[in-house]
Amino acid sequence: MATLSNTDTRGCEVSKSRDLRIGLLFASPWIIGFCVFLLYPVVASLRYSFTSYSVLNPPRYIGLANYQELAGDSVFWGTMKNTLLYLIGAVPLMTVVAIGLALLLNTKVKGMAFYRAMFFMPSLVPMVAQGTLFLWIFNGDYGVLNTPFRKLGLTPPNWLGDPTWTKWTLVLIAIWGCGQAMILYLAGLQDVPASLYEASELDGAGLWQKTKNVTLPMLSPVILFNVIMGIIGAIQLFAVPYVMFPDGQPARSTYFVTSYLYDNAFNYQRMGYASAIAWVMFVVTLILTLFAIRFSDRHVHYGSN
Amino acid sequence: MTGNKVWKTISTHMVLVILTLIFIMPALWMLSTALKPAQETMTNPPHWIPSKIMWGNFREAIDYGRSEVGFTPFLVYLRNTVIITLLSVCGAVIANSLVAYSFARLKWPGRDFFFAVTLATMMVPFPVLMVPTFGLFKSLEWIGTFKPLWVPMFFGNAFSIFLLRQFFKSLPGELSEAAKIDGCSEFGIFTDIILPLSKPALVVVALFTFMGAWNDFLGPMIYLVDQKTFTLSLGLQNYQTQHGGTPWNLLMAATLLVILPVLIVFIFAQRVFIQGIATSGFK
Repeated sequence: MATLSNTDTRGCEVSKSRDLRIGLLFASPWIIGFCVFLLYPVVASLRYSFTSYSVLNPPRYIGLANYQELAGDSVFWGTMKNTLLYLIGAVPLMTVVAIGLALLLNTKVKGMAFYRAMFFMPSLVPMVAQGTLFLWIFNGDYGVLNTPFRKLGLTPPNWLGDPTWTKWTLVLIAIWGCGQAMILYLAGLQDVPASLYEASELDGAGLWQKTKNVTLPMLSPVILFNVIMGIIGAIQLFAVPYVMFPDGQPARSTYFVTSYLYDNAFNYQRMGYASAIAWVMFVVTLILTLFAIRFSDRHVHYGSN
Repeated sequence: MTGNKVWKTISTHMVLVILTLIFIMPALWMLSTALKPAQETMTNPPHWIPSKIMWGNFREAIDYGRSEVGFTPFLVYLRNTVIITLLSVCGAVIANSLVAYSFARLKWPGRDFFFAVTLATMMVPFPVLMVPTFGLFKSLEWIGTFKPLWVPMFFGNAFSIFLLRQFFKSLPGELSEAAKIDGCSEFGIFTDIILPLSKPALVVVALFTFMGAWNDFLGPMIYLVDQKTFTLSLGLQNYQTQHGGTPWNLLMAATLLVILPVLIVFIFAQRVFIQGIATSGFK
């Protein structure tokens, strides 16, 4: 058995400094990781955002110039608008679908393990693979999804070519991969005490009332967690549109903030400008998250047990 | 009453079956395309059953592009992805469990504050870190190597720390106290008592890390330079851009091959995984 410090375990008085030493020792990977891979980059990117900086030239202080340029950069605002539109479409829909599926998968019928696996499966598919797969499914000429439309005598939407549709295409793909959130909701549902349902049944509550008055309040912490993760994920959307829509086409309708940031940093060699974009993005994330938390204060119920 | 119940069960099954079909339709279409002869991918309306099952598509998908680059891209990318993924999983399991143990079962001044800060870091989008981290790895001369992709994993990440901490906290405190009386060191308690009891949570962290590393796209795109060091997620793009027309059957076969390991790992880990998620408690 490994004995790291068995000499002083026998002392009656456990000294505080020893606690601190052992605590920090165990936490040391993360303390280093936090400083090197989080704190330093966050501070450095803030500093870079006030500089002109490319890989070849060291950072040169230029004050607020990046932010001023950003304010008038219509491409940037376009990507911001695209990102927020996607977020507004994807996050609520994903939440509703994931909760709905979790409720359905929480009923007791035979073969539930199979159904659960089927709904979770899509979320295992790598982003890039999702991109290539749906590029094929939504294909204008041979896409399998167009068949039902044609059978009904309708013109299928131009999923990949019509700027008004492209974001919805991405939202649909996101919903397809909502399995991870679904699993968390499912786990949350296991924690709802059966007694609460019984009590509300005695009060004559129907299925909808039980869902509204018991299930959703009990599930609310998980909902908050998933919504925040959804917001952060939506703002960082990159791989799927990158694979499916080269250069954010058509009409830049799928050009998102992260893609623009990537292009500035690694294609245009404008690391300082990219850092300014990153910080605007960061602030938007924080505002949206705080908004979600503030909103939830009135609605989230933390169980007393 | 019983008739009502039967009807309820039947309708639940019906809803489930219809939704399942919708959800697995894309996957089935991928499989169908992957097994078709090339000319059959271009029919309108599309049909689901290939006239001839082309198992050879998988072989062809693996060999795709070999004549141009002088090596078999798929196999080289597979090897690269496996190396990065294995190192990442090892790093994540070791680092995160140590750190989570400290947060969950050791008492030290400032612990709770640092844990709150740790949770807050989940809100930092990766793109914010991208530029300085790239600069950091560049000054270490790590660009073009696998190191930027796996070394950070040995330093923990907030989500996994949180998950493991919740699990460790759920284990009774008496376990540690009894071991302490027996003269067991803190590290001994960690390796011999807590870790063996935490398999489900460790599996969840390993699986999430595995999926994250296997599926990562932005990381390899930024840090890898040479074709020979690319990963599978980068490689899938080759099928799309070369030669103008995309060989859809081969692309779908390759996509399927990339997904397969994740599926297999998940099928094996499924029960422990669900159990781990359920007991970690997301609160």
